[in-house]
Amino acid sequence: MKVSLFITCLGEIFYPNVGKDVVEILEREGCDIDFPAGQTCCGQPAYNSGYKEDAAKAAKQMIRSFEDSEYVVTPSGSCAAMVREYPGLFEENTVWHNRAEKVAAKTFELTQFIVNVLRKEDLGASYNARATYHTSCHMTRLLGEKEAPFKLLKHVKGLELIPLSNSYDCCGFGGTFAVKMGPISGQMVDEKVRHVEETDADILIGADNACLMNIKGRIDRRGKPIEVMHIAQILNHREEGEA
Amino acid sequence: MGMKIGNHPFFDRVDEGINNSFMRHAVSSAQDRLRGKKLNVTVNDQDLGDWEEWRSAGEEIRRHTLENLDFYLGQLSDAVAERGGHVFFAETAEEANKYIQEVVGRKKAKNVVKAKSMVTEEIGLNEALEEAGCHVHETDLAEYILQIDDHDRPSHIVVPSLHKNKEQIRDAFRDKLGYEKTDKPEELAGFAREQLRQVFLDAEVGITGCNFAVAESGSVALVTNEGNANMVTTFPETQISVMGMERIVPTWEDLDVLVNLLCRSSVGQKMTSYITALTPGVKEDSVDGPKDFHLVIVDGGRSNALGTEFQSALHCIRCGACVNVCPIYRHIGGHAYGSIYQGPIGAVLSPILGGYEEYGELPYASSLCAACTETCPVKIPLHEHLIKHRQNYVAGQGRSKASERIAMKAFGIGAGSPSLFQMAAKSAPFVTKPFVKDDKIPKGLGPLKQWTETRDFPAPSKSNFRKWFEGHTKKGEAND
Repeated sequence: MKVSLFITCLGEIFYPNVGKDVVEILEREGCDIDFPAGQTCCGQPAYNSGYKEDAAKAAKQMIRSFEDSEYVVTPSGSCAAMVREYPGLFEENTVWHNRAEKVAAKTFELTQFIVNVLRKEDLGASYNARATYHTSCHMTRLLGEKEAPFKLLKHVKGLELIPLSNSYDCCGFGGTFAVKMGPISGQMVDEKVRHVEETDADILIGADNACLMNIKGRIDRRGKPIEVMHIAQILNHREEGEA
Repeated sequence: MGMKIGNHPFFDRVDEGINNSFMRHAVSSAQDRLRGKKLNVTVNDQDLGDWEEWRSAGEEIRRHTLENLDFYLGQLSDAVAERGGHVFFAETAEEANKYIQEVVGRKKAKNVVKAKSMVTEEIGLNEALEEAGCHVHETDLAEYILQIDDHDRPSHIVVPSLHKNKEQIRDAFRDKLGYEKTDKPEELAGFAREQLRQVFLDAEVGITGCNFAVAESGSVALVTNEGNANMVTTFPETQISVMGMERIVPTWEDLDVLVNLLCRSSVGQKMTSYITALTPGVKEDSVDGPKDFHLVIVDGGRSNALGTEFQSALHCIRCGACVNVCPIYRHIGGHAYGSIYQGPIGAVLSPILGGYEEYGELPYASSLCAACTETCPVKIPLHEHLIKHRQNYVAGQGRSKASERIAMKAFGIGAGSPSLFQMAAKSAPFVTKPFVKDDKIPKGLGPLKQWTETRDFPAPSKSNFRKWFEGHTKKGEAND
């Protein structure tokens, strides 16, 4: 199966290691990975701020980059949801609308792809820790993927998953919201981190680097040593002695 | 006073909200409590059947009604008129208030009792009646508390006094009315009931809002828990019901669906204590129904949304479910919105009714987490409406910042060009280097400043994924 990795702009600039984990996980599952060099950003910062035209420029470049792919996989529920929105950016342009629809239909978030397309749940991973999980809003509500990460984490040996209270509340990232409405966003992430701290977990896992960047920023500022990890880092991990 | 609350700039109101720790505690515990209650009587209610089907049915009824609003408004007003009631279409708040002042003036009424109504808050009816020399008495307990406490404003469309605790209520009753008992809710409510009994007896006119008007019979349905609306609508001979022009259902069957959605979504009850339907009984030989009935139908800017991309915002049944799940409302409270319509629906509706000049910042008070869209019982795509408002705002209807427009233009050009994008990505570690400390940016400049007030920002990674992937692929090929 041929899979094109869409690493996302945040992934490329801040979290290249997560991209490496994604490549290794999918290769181990027999996928043939390529990395279309023309990929940029999904366009969400502009789209969510009301700049539809500027978002469409990013979308066109992304469509050009991925339209020949068999599958597009990205370690971000939010960016995947944005790609699925692309047809709506070209309501008055049938050519681009059709091209957008094709790319949207074959784009998946990483865990969604593994569980629903590859039909795998046990990836042979192991990780000895107490963890809690942050369910991202766009992944659960816009992409509609609520189960896949949990199905995969359930099979990770040594991992104890502790429920996070108010897990449904947004962490306060919201793209430009975090810098435009800083005081409100700051209160939201503070409450999120307080709930994370209450779980007494050693690590917080998530499937969206943007949320994790936000939450980690606040965890570090508050000073409690909780590690923040992308789910790909967990799924690609093997404790010593484990196969 | 009308729809607007306060005169402070948006961010000052946000700060006031954030610093009001009691209010925040009240709001967050109410949200957490209502969440469980709502789940019990919606998705988890086995007797109800599939909640999603109920939502779809509600959406369908609302869409059909709004698409045929002219017809149903005509049917409603004919039905009311046939039974001897009066119907008045008010394009503006002023027209509505003037009509009601005239009705009350003809009755030479001095005392008016009111049931809870957001639309009368919206048009500023109480002030208009007071100007005309009337005493206006709010009889819904929460509205009564606000009125007693120096005409405080509602902070929630269903629970207007959500921001107050029982101690504050006790103090207000003590200072204004000489209350001497404790802050026990039963005693406070008992006291209010005693005070209101004589008020009901003295009133010459009763005014209600309208949860839904049933077009086929010309009835006004009121959904309440306290029974005060029944007192308001049975004691005085003259009744005035005020409704937003979209608050209409074609039939009683439709009403059944929407009342279910409303009660379950708003307060987590299968049914409220009272669901009252008023049908004027002037001409019929009946002891039921008000003898002098006036239905005031308010546009107040609603037609701005008709036939536009915002039409589905008028599907709202004012259950407050979106407010109850909103993480922004949770931290800033209702007054910070500066509108009697708060939370996600407030951020969508207030600019439609009151314009971008006054309410253009509200659509930005959302992280677009879509909890509102997910919970809305009639499936209004609230977060999408917020994005559309932002599009209008930056397209010139609001006051977007030039710096932001330039940044977004640059974003479009950068993300539209792979070479520019890669150049930016590659240079990120060098450009940010002066600000980096221990792999973090603890103090950001420009737009990042708001971020780093409360959290660290990561330093761009020095390792380059594209290079790694190139090497990784070559290695793979060598092994083949």
